[in-house]
Amino acid sequence: MKHRTLHPHRGFSLLLGLALIKVPAMLWAQTPSMPEAARQLELVKLVREDCGSCHGRSLKGGLGPSLLPEDLRDLPSEALRETILKGRQGTAMPPWQQFLSEADANWIVEKLQSEFPDVK
Amino acid sequence: MRISMAVLLAGALLLGGCASVELRGTGDLGVVIERTRGAVQVIDTSARRSLGEIAGLGDLSHASVVYSRDGRYGYVFGRDGGLSKIDLLTRSLVARVMQAGNSIGGAVSQDGRWVAAQNYTPGGVKVFDAQTLQLVADVPAEYAPGKLSKVVGLVDAPGNRFVYALFDGGEIWVLDPSQSKERRVTRFPAVGREPYDGFITPDGRYYVAGLFGEDGLALLDLWHPELGVKRILPGYGRGEEKLPVFKMPHLRGWAVAGRQAYLPAIGRHEVLIVDTASWTEVGRVPVAGQPVFAVARPDGRQVWVNFALPDNGKVQVIDTETRQVIDTLQPGRAVLHLEFTPRADAVWISSRDDNRVVVIDPATRKTLAVLAADRPSGIFFTSRAQRMGF
Repeated sequence: MKHRTLHPHRGFSLLLGLALIKVPAMLWAQTPSMPEAARQLELVKLVREDCGSCHGRSLKGGLGPSLLPEDLRDLPSEALRETILKGRQGTAMPPWQQFLSEADANWIVEKLQSEFPDVK
Repeated sequence: MRISMAVLLAGALLLGGCASVELRGTGDLGVVIERTRGAVQVIDTSARRSLGEIAGLGDLSHASVVYSRDGRYGYVFGRDGGLSKIDLLTRSLVARVMQAGNSIGGAVSQDGRWVAAQNYTPGGVKVFDAQTLQLVADVPAEYAPGKLSKVVGLVDAPGNRFVYALFDGGEIWVLDPSQSKERRVTRFPAVGREPYDGFITPDGRYYVAGLFGEDGLALLDLWHPELGVKRILPGYGRGEEKLPVFKMPHLRGWAVAGRQAYLPAIGRHEVLIVDTASWTEVGRVPVAGQPVFAVARPDGRQVWVNFALPDNGKVQVIDTETRQVIDTLQPGRAVLHLEFTPRADAVWISSRDDNRVVVIDPATRKTLAVLAADRPSGIFFTSRAQRMGF
């Protein structure tokens, strides 16, 4: 399980699976809105390595703009999440929603606006 | 007399210090970038092994390397704006300058005297003495008053010039550093939206810039600059909606296979085939994903293609006679680059997420060797020293 391929519908099929085995309501309440630790590691790698091909591995910018906290902190996190998931028309920023859930994108935005971890 | 004795003595000491360096040529050497370590491995393409490493090269998350024309020294351009001169024989860092805030590549001049760096921040080109890395010319890419553009697609060109494109400015510039400040740049404005990279044909005649912001490419005939820049392959996307591009494709002289150039389409899972005499599209090859590198085998018989996410574990082989994909390989996870030996007995492929470089026989697709490397990205052989555009 060292490597998990990014799958667009993983979150959805997981939910479906849970629903099918009639998980108690308790468990639903505990469904994390934040990605699990293992997923967080994948997200760190995705941002550093793949977003990094335009924004720089250090996130200070390249063909795409800087993603450093000082440049993103004051922007609305909603808008940043939308940009990540849906891309930006008229720019080179593509929509990443086939790789990321909303929770993933929220977590990425939160980390980008504070301090983004390095790949372990 | 005393001085010359001292020089002799110093020379003798230096020689003594280098006694461990084996006497050899560099024609079969190259480097592999280890992107997170800020180091390169020096590799021997005959023995298919690593000879050692050179570290301390800064942020190499996007890096490229060009060579002195004797093939001994490499110039490494790092994301952090560092330009490092490395010695492949002694495996050491010879000189290093922080020349910009953000840099992506460069080229060595036709006569080998200069090395030019293309920079994102501040947008422009800097030319250095290839021996000493002393600054020779600083040419901001100021396309409008106070507005600097990121520079892409820098190549060297005949006449000891450099040609490059302005991503934000939508221009192509031809730079002759030997001219006065007022006369050194020839501008070709309004060539198209967002040129993302460029290449020069191996004969040094045509410069082509790929456009990201619209369908098509911009062509400059350096034999006839007075004719200006022409648009080629306009509307190759046929107005269809573009697929997302999760990594910017790269162009260089490797795209040319015989008479045709094989170019990544933007937002389409296709490689475009362009005739380099008429500069019209003569075909297209459907491939597994968004192409990043389309690299001709040096004999022009095949073109090897790697891809952006999510297809970056694949490499496809196009046969240039039938113009069809004849093989799909999976040499490792996150294939970032591939480089042929100059006579195409082998192709070296880097797999970032499997921490290895795989050496493959292009004819049989058999694996010839596997080398361990820490998150490898670019692979650069010294044969680039002898090619126009690098």
